[in-house]
Amino acid sequence: MAENDNKFTLKVITPDRVFFEEEVSMVEFNTVEGEVGIYKEHIPMTMIIAPGILTITQEEETKEAALHSGFAEVLPNQVTILAEIVEWPAEIDLGRAEESKNRAEERIRENAPGTDMKRAEMSLKRAVARINAVEYK
Amino acid sequence: MASMIDIKRRKGSIQSTQQITKAMKLVSTVKLQRAKQRAEQSKAYFNCMYETVTSMLAKTGNLNHPYLRSGESTKKAVIVVTSNRGLAGGYNSNVVKLITQGEFQKEDLNIYAVGRKGKESLNRKGYSIVEDDSDMIEEPLYVDAMNLSSKVLEAYTKGEVGEIYLAYTSFKNTVVHEPTLLKLLPVEAEQKEEKAVEKESKALMNFEPEDDEALDLIIPKYVTSLIYGGLVEAVASENGARMQAMDSATSNAEEMIDHLSLMYNRARQGSITQELTEIIAGANAIS
Repeated sequence: MAENDNKFTLKVITPDRVFFEEEVSMVEFNTVEGEVGIYKEHIPMTMIIAPGILTITQEEETKEAALHSGFAEVLPNQVTILAEIVEWPAEIDLGRAEESKNRAEERIRENAPGTDMKRAEMSLKRAVARINAVEYK
Repeated sequence: MASMIDIKRRKGSIQSTQQITKAMKLVSTVKLQRAKQRAEQSKAYFNCMYETVTSMLAKTGNLNHPYLRSGESTKKAVIVVTSNRGLAGGYNSNVVKLITQGEFQKEDLNIYAVGRKGKESLNRKGYSIVEDDSDMIEEPLYVDAMNLSSKVLEAYTKGEVGEIYLAYTSFKNTVVHEPTLLKLLPVEAEQKEEKAVEKESKALMNFEPEDDEALDLIIPKYVTSLIYGGLVEAVASENGARMQAMDSATSNAEEMIDHLSLMYNRARQGSITQELTEIIAGANAIS
């Protein structure tokens, strides 16, 4: 069989733009149920995305991006990721990410009354995902 | 007949007004191009979102999910998207009319205003404005839509409002903009059935996590995307409407200037004739 056969279309769409649309052989990302990797011929499934790294494998090379929230619709030969926020490592401001990580950690550590814990945790996760995406490179 | 000087002054004033309307038309043409592009870019996302959500709803038979069932409260939240600036023809008043002339009872409404013009005119009419996010319409960002949608959803889950609507102007094309009232929540059962038939052929979809939890997470995103879509389209419509209004203002000014030029020339001719007659009469009298 031709080499092309294990490829499927990956679409990553944000409200502002079509972030990515190409043939890929594997895609990995983090969902609320844990990390997943998807090949062609996956059963149809809709998954909710948790902050993490999006890894796209094409032929030999891989690409990473920080993926923060949204959901993914998986079909046997197509994966559509509707992302609310997704960034290439080049678009990430590492300094800002570090800063917001420290801020979030501090808020969680202090645990002052009235702190929105969920929000602090989310912001920490986002910051960590950003930093990882940059450092992975 | 008005004197020459009066006509000249009037003409000058109309000319400078025309220059302003011309400039405004150009500005809104440029802005429209940008806004249109943004609206088109975001379309892919909404179509996908809409398809996913409707196919999800078609699959789940669970009508008892809080987001799918009408809340107990008779109050209704309405997000009203208008512009911050006027001079856009009927753009703002058409959206306001959706609220004032619809089937709504004034007392039942909680208005979430986006856009100063709509807020002011609804305020004058005595509607209760609970939230004013007029700044976001200048340059709508997805984050703005997220904030707004979390506010209305909070009111909805707390039971403060039973239904959520979005009033905005949908952008069909450069010249056609339709004021639209969209029901965001609860997601309507009617439209669900119709989609269910459509989607029957599509492969059965699995959800991870389970349906209910997935709905909990996806519906807010769905609402946010609809709000964002509404904002982006409204900006495009606003500039389209302003472009049209300014175009017709410019051509009206043109017409008036033509008319005034004619009057001015007539007056000038009249005064020359009169002067000549006076001179001739004077000369005759001497001789």
